[in-house]
Order: sequence, then structure tokens, then C-alpha cells
Amino acid sequence: MTAPVPILTLHGLHKTFGATAALAGVDLTVEAGRILALMGANGAGKSTLVNLLSGAYPPDAGRMLLRGQSFAPTSPAAAARAGIATVHQSTQLAGIPGLSVADALVLDRFVAADAPLFVSRRSVRRAAAAVAAQAGFDLPLDRDFAELGPADQQMVAIARALSRKAALLILDEPTASLSAREAARLFSVLEDLRARGLAIIYISHRSSDIERLADRAVVLRGGRIAADLPRPVDVPAALAAMIGRPIDSLAAEPRDSGGVVLEAQGLVLTAGGPPLDLTLRAGEVVALTGPLGAGKSRLLAAIGGATPFAGGALRLGGKAFKPRSPREAIAAGVVLAGPDRHRSSFVPSDWPGGSVAETISLPHLRRWFPTGLLVGDRERRVAADAIERLRIRASGPRARLASLSGGNQQKVVLARWQAEPARVLLLDEPFQGVDVGARADLIAALRADRTTATLVATSDPEEALQLADRIFILERQRLTPWDRAGVGARAEPGAAA
Amino acid sequence: MSDPPAGELGAPAAVPRAPVTARAWPVARRVRQTGLLALLAAMVVSFARADPAFLQIANLMSVLQSVSVVAILAAGVTVTLAVGGFDLSIGAVAASSVMAASYAMVVWGLDAAATVPMVLAFGAGVGLVNAALIIWLRIPDLLATLAMNFLLTGLQLIPTAGRSITPGLILPSGESADGVFDPHFLEIGRARLGGVLPVPVLLMLGIAVVLHVLTQHTRFGRLFYAIGGNETAARLAGAPTRVLRLSAYVISGTLSAVGGLVIAARVGRGDISSGSSLLLDAVAAALIGYAVLDRRYPNVFGTVVGAIFVGVLLNGLTMLNAPYYTQDFVKGAVLVGALSLTFGLGRRQS
Repeated sequence: MTAPVPILTLHGLHKTFGATAALAGVDLTVEAGRILALMGANGAGKSTLVNLLSGAYPPDAGRMLLRGQSFAPTSPAAAARAGIATVHQSTQLAGIPGLSVADALVLDRFVAADAPLFVSRRSVRRAAAAVAAQAGFDLPLDRDFAELGPADQQMVAIARALSRKAALLILDEPTASLSAREAARLFSVLEDLRARGLAIIYISHRSSDIERLADRAVVLRGGRIAADLPRPVDVPAALAAMIGRPIDSLAAEPRDSGGVVLEAQGLVLTAGGPPLDLTLRAGEVVALTGPLGAGKSRLLAAIGGATPFAGGALRLGGKAFKPRSPREAIAAGVVLAGPDRHRSSFVPSDWPGGSVAETISLPHLRRWFPTGLLVGDRERRVAADAIERLRIRASGPRARLASLSGGNQQKVVLARWQAEPARVLLLDEPFQGVDVGARADLIAALRADRTTATLVATSDPEEALQLADRIFILERQRLTPWDRAGVGARAEPGAAA
Repeated sequence: MSDPPAGELGAPAAVPRAPVTARAWPVARRVRQTGLLALLAAMVVSFARADPAFLQIANLMSVLQSVSVVAILAAGVTVTLAVGGFDLSIGAVAASSVMAASYAMVVWGLDAAATVPMVLAFGAGVGLVNAALIIWLRIPDLLATLAMNFLLTGLQLIPTAGRSITPGLILPSGESADGVFDPHFLEIGRARLGGVLPVPVLLMLGIAVVLHVLTQHTRFGRLFYAIGGNETAARLAGAPTRVLRLSAYVISGTLSAVGGLVIAARVGRGDISSGSSLLLDAVAAALIGYAVLDRRYPNVFGTVVGAIFVGVLLNGLTMLNAPYYTQDFVKGAVLVGALSLTFGLGRRQS
């Protein structure tokens, strides 16, 4: 490899919001043909840095140089013109359901001032094919964007971002919603782009991503660069720099557990699917890992009464258990926190019920307020206890959810389902958008519960290791126990099968 | 450092640079929170100065009486808005309730004790049908209730072949109806408690208090809002979402029927054109209610204040000899202003 060419240089970047300094002096050089992994806990300043680069707002102080020239974008469009391509995390927003992939690829051209008034399908298709070809992707141009899997949607977003002669590509947690196989495809695309001289800033927490891709890892903490690690990236050191202390032991110790709480016997999730057997015991944490779409969410939803299962039987405490709704499951002590807390657990923050206390109490109102009238301070008390016990950083029980970071929001979800004793606690991807520190708190709280049987679905095997007494891999609706002894050799179990 | 006194009226020019934005937002917020109530107070004061008769109890009661039906309907819509729905059939339910009540008494010769429960059941029934269309057939709420509005507007004309109902009405069959309006029934619209408080105003206040408590201080209200905020989350938290949404439409249908009863009792005849402006007025009141106290969500208190706000404004302008035909324009202007207050001002930061 030739000597690296600096593309982007940052000098002493500062950015303050209100009383908090999001960036407190960042100096960084980004080089062409290199993948730079940007790491950092929530609130460390990653998003702020990306927003400065992509022109969302200007820095308070400091200079940015792009290809040696002063770079001060006044808008995201200006940053894109200058050659900074940003792909945000939620790629569903890259296209419009009902429009084709081709339309999505050239969407930004429709809004350009020099766009023709009339566009024919053929001209759109031709332009889109050129965009896809330039990125070197093979995309189904005529499909509806909404039908694409998350990986293909990601490709569309990347292709479109690259269509304007980008010099720097910024990817925000691109593998968060990808299966192992899809992620592998994305990695080869990124390696190809790197070989063609593109500079890439890759934001991720996944050690497997970083080990495979990164030429260098930069860790932000408290708005400053806490570590700058060369390839091969020492991931434990990076994680330690992220949270500011070493992670003593990554994997959780398996423990003894109590009696059988829940049994799935020949459970069939979708008609024609294979039967599943699973036993959950009191006081144990079982993790379910495997690629996206393998049926993890469906299994949890079936046990939690959210979707019906096609066959087989569940037994709860030895008795047949067939919940027809979450309501019935909750009444039986089986509670489910769905994936994506905003979609499955929260009301909008400025809507009634959007405070910490009200979020925690929602499933328990009937028990706590049998007369129907919301009297007494039970709601506030439970929330105050949870804030202390789970170390939730909030101004108090009445704090609006939007004022909390992702990790603290997730703690509120856990507080909700731990507010009343449950027999089975089901958590679907509880660590999405949760920083390492909050994740450790959540794991500690889950493992401290020695009466509930806890089943956690996570597509990140590292999370499974840190969390669980037992781990299963679910792939194509088949369960296989994961032998923890061989852990180091199989960092990405989903890819192995 | 010359930090200026943080008085309410602190002169902006003297404020040093950085804090301007930091302080401007709380001020803007306070303006939004108290804006409509302050405006209402200002209106009352200035109308009273223009014409002292405005403040007479009789006039104030007539203002409240004039908004009572709209406020009752709007309170019902507010409940459907809280569950994330919308009921556009309220105007037609009220109008057909007027016809149903009149028909029951004039044609069938029923008394108040039979008519009132029957009409209330009719309103609740429409609510059930609305709920069935929305919940089981999954028709979007706006479309389902708009269709129901259309259907009822037409249905109410059929029994009398498009005639208004008065005693002695000639039926399509050629017979003449010989029933009359039960005097007890007419009292719903005309009696005054202690010679001062009109029954419709009493009904409005009672319904407002009950619904306010229901939505703000009971677990049912909490669940209503939870469904409106995120139905999936409410269902996963164990809320019986279908039952609750259904009850919201039944409440709204029943309250619309109450509104219809009040109109029928006040007018004393089944007028086919009654209630033509009710729907828009009630929806406007509910939407103005978003801006009252800057809540930004449907709330019964705001809705009733919104209805009263419009009533005070119209009454005052009428007193000042503003022509009748300007009323809709005034209502529209208030609504645009209130919505701007709710959705526009000071939201750029988020």
C-alpha cells in the first residue's frame, strides 16, 4: 500500500449544546483508502462529529480541511456536493414505499433545480442503473423499495450517497439491522470501495465488524479522542477506552438455576416450520442469537401472546399455556418487551403518558389503581426506586422520555417489566442503541433477578456471551445450543451455519 | 458583567448575546401556555368595556348556552382523538338525534322518559357501528366516520320525506301525526336551574368534568392516550385496545345524541337543517383545545375552553354589530391562529 493521503483534517473542533460540551477539541486526520472505525458510548460525541461533517450545523470553534481546502458546509446538501456522503442508520428513510428502487436511487435528482419537469420511466431507470453501476452494486431496480431487506436498503442508500463523486463515506451503525450473511456482503462492498481509494468513517460497536474492517479505530469519550488504535484493532482496549475502565471479564459465568418455569414442546412458529423445544428455568438468563429473520422475534412474540403460533404446546409452571393476547400472557406472568423500544414500548414523548413514571406503570395500572382513579404516589415511588436501582440518568419520575439517552430509555423499559414480579421475562433486542456502560447496568439488573426466567433475543453474539447462562442459536426456526467453550473460535455464530 | 434583572418584562435589548436564545425559549413557551387563556380574558375585558351589558349574568349564560351543544360534541371528539382516531359523524349523529327525538314524540307519541333513552341508545349504536367499521373492517377512522356522516345526513330525511317535524306533520302515507313534544322534554333545552343556570350549560359542565376526570385522572384515560400515542405499545403492555377504542366511539356517539336532544328540546321541532355547522365547530373547538395551556394533545379542558373562546368572540362581535355572515370567517381565523400556536411557534428547535 502506498503512503496514505489525508482527505480530511480536523483541528480543535468544539461544539457545545446548552451546558454540555458535545465536542471538546477533536483533532483527526482521515485518509483515503482507509476505513476508520469511530467508536464511543452514547453521548460521547460521535453523532455531533458526524453532523458537523455532514453539514447539519457548524462547529463553535475549530477548522475542517477537505482535500487541503477549508471546508465549512452550510447545509447537508453543501456537504454532499463537497464530497461527504453520509448514510444514516435508519435506511428505511432512504426510499419511499410504493416507489421503485430505481426511483430511490435518483430521488435526490428529482429535487435538484435543474431536474427536468417530465421524467420518463426509462430515463429514471437509465440514471439509476448508472448510479448502481458506479457503486458497483447489483440492485433490483424495478422492485418496490419497501420490499427490500435491510441490507439491500442499505446498499441503495450507499449507492445514492456515492453517486456524487464522494471522497468520504460515513456509515452510522450499518450492521445494526443486518444478519451475518448480509453484513458479510456489506463488508465486501466496503472493502471494494476502500480499494478504490474512498475514505470511510464507520461507526459501530460490534467487535466483529471492527476486527474485520477497520484500518484504525478512534474512540471518542466526553467529546475528546480517548484512543486511536492501529490495525489490527485491539477491541478490548477500544471498549475499555470507551467506558473509561477495563472490561474485566467479557463472558458471564453460568450459574445454577431453579425449577422449570416454561417449556416449549414441539413449538411450530409458522405453518410448515420445524418444531422447537426449549426449557426456561427460574433465575436463569437464556440468550437467543442468530441472524435477523431467523425467528427470534417470532418465538418471543409467540410466548408473549403477541402473535399466535402454528403448532405445538407451551407449558407454564407445568400447566398448558396458550396466550391469545399480550394481556393474557401478562396476567399469567409472562411479559414481553418488544424490539425497537420506540415502536413497541413508548408513546411519543410529548404525549400524555410519555414520562418515566407513566411508562413504567402502563401495564400495571389495573393492579396499582383498582378503583380506576389515579390516586396515591405508588407510580412515582416505583419510578423513583427504579431510577435509583438501575442508575437511570433522569431528572426524576416525571422526566420526559425524550430527555433520556438510549441506554437510560432501555432501563426504563426494563424497570417497567421488573416493577411487578414476572415468571418469564422476554426481551427482544434490548441493547439496540444502548452504550456499553448502560448495557453493563442492564445485564447486571437482569442477572440479579433470581426468580424470573429471562429469555433475551439478540443478534449480537457478544451481548449473548456477556449476558446469558445458556445460549441458543436460532436459524431458520431451528434451535441449537451454543457451546460456550468454543466461544473464541466462533465470534459470529450466525455465519457458521 | 451586567446581567440584567430577570423581570417578566426584561428589555430584550439589554440582554447580553448568548443568553438571548437560552431565555427566549422559556418566554415563548410561557406565551404559548397562557396565550389563549390570556386572550380570552382580554376579550372579556374589552367587550365589557365596549358594552357593560356583556358582563351581565344573563348574557354570559346565553354565551355558554350557545356553545353548550358544540362543547358537548367536541368533548366526545376529544375522546376519539385521544385514542388516535377521529369522529366526523358527530354532526350527523346530533342532527339525526334531533329528528329521532322529534319523530318519537310527534309520530309515535312517546314521552320524554321513553324518548331520551331511545335517542341515547341510537347515538351509542352509531358509535358501535363506527367502531365496527374502524376496528374490524379496518377502514381508516376519518373515512369511516365521514361515510357515516353522509349516511346519517341522508337517513334522517327518509322517514318524513324530507320535511321538518312539527306537531300535525303530514306523513308520507298521507296521515297526520298527532303527537306533541313532551313539556318535560322541552325543559332539557329551556329550563334554568334556580332561574339562572340553563340545563344545557349544566349538562355541558357536568360532561366536561366527568370526561376531564375520566381522561386525566383514571387508568382508562391513561390507556386511551396510550392507544392514541402508540397502539402497538399499548397492546403489548396488555391494554384491551379494541374495547377501549370501541368505548371511545360509543362515548362520542352518545354525547352527540345528547347534543341532539338539547337542540330538539330548545327548538321544539325537528328541523332538517339543524346541526349543519356543528361538525366543523366541534372539531375546531377540539383543535383549539390543543393550544390551550400549550398541551399539544387532545384534552377535554382545552376543548371546552376552545368552544367558550369561540362563543365569547362571536357574542362580543355580534354585540359590536359585526354582521352575522362574518362568523365563519372569525371561527376560521381563530382556528388557524390556534393551530399556528400549537404547531408552529417555537418548534424550529426540535
